[in-house]
Amino acid sequence: MITVEGLTKKYGTTLAVDDVSFTASAGRVTGFLGPNGAGKSTTMRIMVGLTRATSGTATVFGRRFADLPNPGLEVGVLLDASAQHAGRTGREILTLAQRLMGLPKTRVEEMLAAVSLTPDEASRRVGEYSLGMRQRLGIAAALIGDPGVLILDEPANGLDPAGIRWMRDLLRGYADRGGTVLLSSHLLHEIEVIADDIVMIGHGRIVSQGAKTDLLHAAGTVVRAAHLAGLEQALKDWGLTTSATGDGALHTDADAALVGTVALEAGIALTELRAAEGAGLEEMFLELTSASQREGAPA
Amino acid sequence: MTAIAVPAVQPRRTDVRTVPLSRIISVELRKMFDTRSGFWLIASIAISAVLAAAGVILFATDDELTYSTFATAIRFPVVVILPIVAILAVTGEWSQRTGLATFTMIPHRSRIIAAKAISSVVIAIAAMALTFAVGALGNLLGAAVTGTTPRWDVTITQCLYYVLGMVLSLLVGFMLGVLIRASIGAVVAYFVLTFLLPTIFSLLAAGSRWFSEVQPWVDIQFAQSGLFVFDKSLTGEQWANIAVTGTVWLVVPLLIGLRLVMRSEVK
Repeated sequence: MITVEGLTKKYGTTLAVDDVSFTASAGRVTGFLGPNGAGKSTTMRIMVGLTRATSGTATVFGRRFADLPNPGLEVGVLLDASAQHAGRTGREILTLAQRLMGLPKTRVEEMLAAVSLTPDEASRRVGEYSLGMRQRLGIAAALIGDPGVLILDEPANGLDPAGIRWMRDLLRGYADRGGTVLLSSHLLHEIEVIADDIVMIGHGRIVSQGAKTDLLHAAGTVVRAAHLAGLEQALKDWGLTTSATGDGALHTDADAALVGTVALEAGIALTELRAAEGAGLEEMFLELTSASQREGAPA
Repeated sequence: MTAIAVPAVQPRRTDVRTVPLSRIISVELRKMFDTRSGFWLIASIAISAVLAAAGVILFATDDELTYSTFATAIRFPVVVILPIVAILAVTGEWSQRTGLATFTMIPHRSRIIAAKAISSVVIAIAAMALTFAVGALGNLLGAAVTGTTPRWDVTITQCLYYVLGMVLSLLVGFMLGVLIRASIGAVVAYFVLTFLLPTIFSLLAAGSRWFSEVQPWVDIQFAQSGLFVFDKSLTGEQWANIAVTGTVWLVVPLLIGLRLVMRSEVK
């Protein structure tokens, strides 16, 4: 379990991370979602002690990362799969981790097999690896100590569709066995498919968080009518905000029952009325992040 | 890829012990050898030692064929290469970005840096042992070629001076690595400090009587040169020169560098 409380990081006058608080629970995959530069990586670096927070705390099972006696056995970390010495072989990189953590030698070959790197590939230098192979190696290094918590920054980057599916199954299985997974991504569909909980961040601030099912439910209603302008006016009169979906329908945050009532009162026949789940997380993501972008960087 | 051989997540471990420093040192030592560039850099110490010894046998006059000549000749390549080993051990974590993994597996940078310092000194002492051995072989071989008896004109104390001098130059490299944390910058700074600066100092000393008097207190290379001459014991003043220049050129910048390393962000 990971607990982040009031985490703030200032660079000069810029707030890179602004009062971020969330919990990643055991047995669940928590997706850390946000556009590039939103503060995901900075938050994760602070969690593992690579960057100092200006204020706030991050703990794993109630302890600061730096207080873990042998962190690799408790937290598997993959921050950047490309951050490896290009001259080392894949096997050597895992061997260094295995030795540092004090694990049996057999663990290296086990992990290579677990991430489907062949013995031949493992003997090659990482400089010759594709990004997808580096991600597999990085996931092997994160898992080698059999930790209870995984912190992965953009682990799906560079994986082909089969690789993404493989990683999804791996992380799903890991969480189902009681593990805690925190993974960041700007790949919305990946988060939508894999995560149980979602923490969405924009410009250093959390813009939304909760269980994926709740967040999807909050996506509002899509409504269509022959007399669209009349419907829009009627909804506005009720104090509801609407937006055009771009394909001749209206989107509103109100639920379907309320929209139906409004239409009935206004005497407008609806041609379509449904929950906006089809729009999915992507719309919400764009909406939330663009809203926080309009606010500009908080001073 | 349906069967995923990742074992079950264990319940929270309670018996985890802190990673011992000895283990970090052994991993840091391994990291110095496990790349092609690292391996050949260290191999080049042995290779250049042998070449230097061969050079002495080929070109030195008969009465120069003594152990001190060999040890002095071998010193030059070794004293250039050793500090680079120490520099790269530190800067690689930043230049190659391996620090991202290293500093998360051991989230106490002081322990990693200490392990790097110790493993660099281990390499230096091993290189010294090799230097003395190659020098001894060269001396025996040289004597056999010329048909004379080998001359051992070096005392144990002088050998210890020599080792101290080597370790000090290695630590200058280490200091630059910690202070600059970028491979190319640190190597360039090292060459400026060990080759360019002494030249400037000696020009100044030649042109100014005043400077020639203070030079031993300013020029770290000049102050330490006594360690390598195999001539006589150092005087108290010479030790003081080494202490003063060592504090200014080595200890103070090292402390600044260590402070930067502890605070800097690893990206």
